[in-house]
Amino acid sequence: MYIEKAFVESVERLDEETYLMKVFSPAIACIAKPGQFCNIKVSENDFPLLRRPFSICNVEGDYAFFLFDIHGEGTKILSLKKNGDTVELLGPLGKGFIYDDDYETAVIVAGGLGTAPFPFLIKNISDEKNIICLVGGRSKKQIITYGLKNIAIATDNGSEGFKGTVIDLLKEEVKNISKKKFRIFACGPNAMLKELQKYSIENNFDCQISVECAMACGFGICQGCPVDSANGESYLLVCKDGPVFNANEVKL
Amino acid sequence: MNKVDLSVNIGGLKLKNPVLLASGTVGYGNEIAEFTDLNKLGGIVTKSLSLKPRKGNPPQRIVETPSGMLNAIGLANVGVETFIKEKIPFLKKIDTTLICNIAASSVEEYVECVHILNDEETIKAFEINVSCPNVKEGGLEFGNDLNAVGRITEKVRNVTKKPIIIKLSPNVSRISDFARVVKENGGNAVSAINTLVGTSFDIYTRKPRIKNVTGGLSGPAIKPVALAKVLEIKRNIDIPIIGIGGIMNWKDAVEMMIVGASAFQIGTVNFINPNAGVEILNGLNSFCMENSIKNISDITGSYQI
Ligand SMILES: Cc1cc2nc3c(=O)[nH]c(=O)nc-3n(C[C@H](O)[C@H](O)[C@H](O)COP(=O)(O)OP(=O)(O)OC[C@H]3O[C@@H](n4cnc5c(N)ncnc54)[C@H](O)[C@@H]3O)c2cc1C
Ligand SMILES: Cc1cc2nc3c(=O)[nH]c(=O)nc-3n(C[C@H](O)[C@H](O)[C@H](O)COP(=O)(O)O)c2cc1C
Ligand code: FES
Repeated sequence: MYIEKAFVESVERLDEETYLMKVFSPAIACIAKPGQFCNIKVSENDFPLLRRPFSICNVEGDYAFFLFDIHGEGTKILSLKKNGDTVELLGPLGKGFIYDDDYETAVIVAGGLGTAPFPFLIKNISDEKNIICLVGGRSKKQIITYGLKNIAIATDNGSEGFKGTVIDLLKEEVKNISKKKFRIFACGPNAMLKELQKYSIENNFDCQISVECAMACGFGICQGCPVDSANGESYLLVCKDGPVFNANEVKL
Repeated sequence: MNKVDLSVNIGGLKLKNPVLLASGTVGYGNEIAEFTDLNKLGGIVTKSLSLKPRKGNPPQRIVETPSGMLNAIGLANVGVETFIKEKIPFLKKIDTTLICNIAASSVEEYVECVHILNDEETIKAFEINVSCPNVKEGGLEFGNDLNAVGRITEKVRNVTKKPIIIKLSPNVSRISDFARVVKENGGNAVSAINTLVGTSFDIYTRKPRIKNVTGGLSGPAIKPVALAKVLEIKRNIDIPIIGIGGIMNWKDAVEMMIVGASAFQIGTVNFINPNAGVEILNGLNSFCMENSIKNISDITGSYQI
């Protein structure tokens, strides 16, 4: 883990609401793993006070990429960064995806900005495995396909692709691949993850989910980011024990 | 100019410098050690420990507010026994002063915790967190009750010779009355302040942003309050004070010492810059050099009013 003052190479607007930031951060880029995140100080003064957590979207050489939309003040500031500006990254943080072992097909399930960690994961999954990406959103506007491949889309209102949730779409897809050994990797809003969790536990699927919640430190000292463990007896910390969990490890 | 003497003495507790990391903002030291050299600091204060482990409050536990944050962690901690078995071995290896912070729901529990931990040589002092509900007497905070604070100080004094620091709540009308009671009952020092009670609501859902409804406010937002409380104690009671609240940089630390603090703790800033303690220490050292201050303790209470 490092604290790295990083120069912004570019902030590119991918569509109306989505931005991609490229930063020069050799120390973090060289040890980051898919599914990990950075806690980013977006300004040099005390406003906003806390860092903001963002998934590492991709890594190319000495550069790291982050995908985001404008949520509040912090992401607004990020969206206005120009070449040569700086941000301060703290990372890489948390436990990422486990993707190296024995399965044939990776099924990626992304809701809205849940696409963020997957370009990096896809790049690292061995060529011998198949990859299917299922992307969902309320309407066409929320669909983000940056860095994905072999894509099927679901929208709640049917404005693009399959009409229904991305989990409904997954249920359809599973019919085609059920003979193969597959693993689900998912990231998105809590409601989506909850539905997916229920479905995959019922069917005993191999499934990893990346969870989001409010954070302060991002590395385990504030206890601000608890998630219930599956048996409900203790809390796990999203920043340190996650953000990626096995679907049967936590109660959302 | 020659070297500055950065060491301070707080009611018998010697620290190599006045920079302490505040309870609940460093865990038990191991995570933050990845980012900073704890050996350089004056000391670290553990997360509040209770007799038995506590699971803590359900999420959401934290929210950012203007220049600060609210937290309702609920004193989640591993409990005294696990602390001794699993956390002390790491802390033992660090060359800094370890202060153990205790939280409890009865006077007896405070006493029991201190009694058990007293044998641990690594622990050099106890900081008693009185901002906890007194379960036996209807849940009112000990920290709001002069008699309770007096009784806790007295009873804990009976079971340890190590320095006792009582961490005072700012949610009272006259904090100096509490400092007096601590002094009268044999406490060695007070630390001030703990967090201020606050809340925050979402205007669309009309729900509180933290599950516990209210939480403790910390960060730059509380600095003026902390300074005023420390000054009030300094002007009324002769007892060493550890200043806490909203310190983000070395200038804030100097200000805290000027109004009366012998040492200070940094909390929220650790979440943003885990190396802040070392940076503040370096800043203090330069400030003393530039201003020909030989002993840092000369700054304490040097206000010109
Ligand atoms: C592990 C992790 C990875 C993330 N990855 C991405 C990503 O790749 N792209 C992206 O756009 N966003 C991501 N997010 C969400 C992102 O952190 C927030 O969108 C961002 O903090 C918004 O900041 P703001 O100042 O613009 O918004 P504001 O709403 O003004 O402020 C955000 C504040 O709300 C708090 N908060 C409350 N609930 C949540 C919550 N459920 N999630 C996050 N913060 C919350 C934060 O602690 C922060 O202090 C991720 C979050 C986590 C925890
Ligand atoms: C997340 C969090 C957890 C805390 N936990 C404790 C605790 O367990 N015991 C305690 O005495 N104080 C606790 N505090 C209070 C701090 O030690 C400190 O008094 C307060 O945050 C003010 O200092 P600051 O403005 O520098 O953060 C906590 C503060 C925060 C922000
Ligand atoms: S964000 Fe601080 S412990 Fe997880």
